[in-house]
Amino acid sequence: MDDATAVAQARAGDSEGFRLLVERHSRALFKLAYRMTGNEHDAEDVVQEAFLKAYRSLDRFEERAQVGSWLYRIAANCAFDVLRKRQRRDGRLESLDGEDAPEPQAEAPGPDRLALGGDVRRHLDAALARMSPRERAAFVLRHFEGRSVKEIEQALGMDTTAVKQSVCRAVRKAREVLLPLTGAAS
Amino acid sequence: MTHLSEDDLVLLHYHEDAGAEAEAHIASCAECAKRLQALARALALAPAPEAPERDPDYEARVWARLRPQLELREASPKVVPIRGRLWPRAVSVAALAASLVLAFMLGRRFPAEPQPLSAEVRERVLLVAVGDHLERSQMVLVELVNAPVGDAMDVKAQRALADELVSANRLYRQTAARSGEPALTAVLEELERVLVEVAAGPDTITAGDLAELQRRIESRGLLFRVRVIGSRVREREKVLPRTASES
Repeated sequence: MDDATAVAQARAGDSEGFRLLVERHSRALFKLAYRMTGNEHDAEDVVQEAFLKAYRSLDRFEERAQVGSWLYRIAANCAFDVLRKRQRRDGRLESLDGEDAPEPQAEAPGPDRLALGGDVRRHLDAALARMSPRERAAFVLRHFEGRSVKEIEQALGMDTTAVKQSVCRAVRKAREVLLPLTGAAS
Repeated sequence: MTHLSEDDLVLLHYHEDAGAEAEAHIASCAECAKRLQALARALALAPAPEAPERDPDYEARVWARLRPQLELREASPKVVPIRGRLWPRAVSVAALAASLVLAFMLGRRFPAEPQPLSAEVRERVLLVAVGDHLERSQMVLVELVNAPVGDAMDVKAQRALADELVSANRLYRQTAARSGEPALTAVLEELERVLVEVAAGPDTITAGDLAELQRRIESRGLLFRVRVIGSRVREREKVLPRTASES
């Protein structure tokens, strides 16, 4: 069964069609969400949220569109939401943490981090952390995902000027930390 | 001669529309071409973050977490014949959790607005719900951990309960994360993995799978952590004002 048929089946109320979409696209969406959020758990939530939104908007899916691209746009938008919420998250409850509370476990470094000796990765992570949600989302989609400004506009609901400005500002921040390393790399 | 701006170079690097003038300039200006190359060299150093590998059951787990929420739309018993009897309770738990979370978040976002319930009372309502949720989750964990080693186990009852708890757990976890509660968030994350696995699994699990599940619960001290955090929630709940119906 192809994606379009699976969507039609899901629209008709048969959850099996939607299950097939989940099976085919979960990993790709997770990868995108992880690149955008930089956090495993946030990325898992993004995937979940994206499928939920997709399910709720099945009726609005245009049959001529590619299902994968449609899901990709929804997931990118959900990840963008996570970045914005993360930034707004300043009103906090008093912590439940006590002295004997278990420490949250740090994520294990991936093979690429180890191979790069941590330097470039660490610098880039620092640059990404300094970016605003718009800048980070636009930069990840443009630089890592190879999406055009037009596609980023559609995914993030921003206009052309805002996307271009965000990409340019993000690149300046990334370049600041990467430039000193270009000598070492050559 | 006016050279290209940084932004022009960025757009040219990504083959985006930088304007006809910029494109004409880069073709004839050695200095700007050199700057463009330097930018390309720096950006080439930026590796894409490698997403951690997902286990082979990842898709099944995503579906298991998603399915109860999709059933909200597919309320027809014809669509969910096997779990139809669990449906009303699952909906009520998820709806209650959702309304509590919403009330809690609204209360936190607009604390100054007059509300029928004070922020403290709303917080207590949420804590009571989380406390109950942790106690019910403990029941699942205790039964799994205490099951005899070496035998297959009929987990139909635990599976049904886990299935009910998954949606609420997710909402509480997200609320805890948004509210800056790292310890509670971490415990709910761990708990959710186990609940999802049990809910998505068969009615009878093999001795090997049971031993593996027990090992995972015990190696991470999950049951202990759920108890500790549950008792903290209860302690905190006690000092907050009760609703009119409770007092």
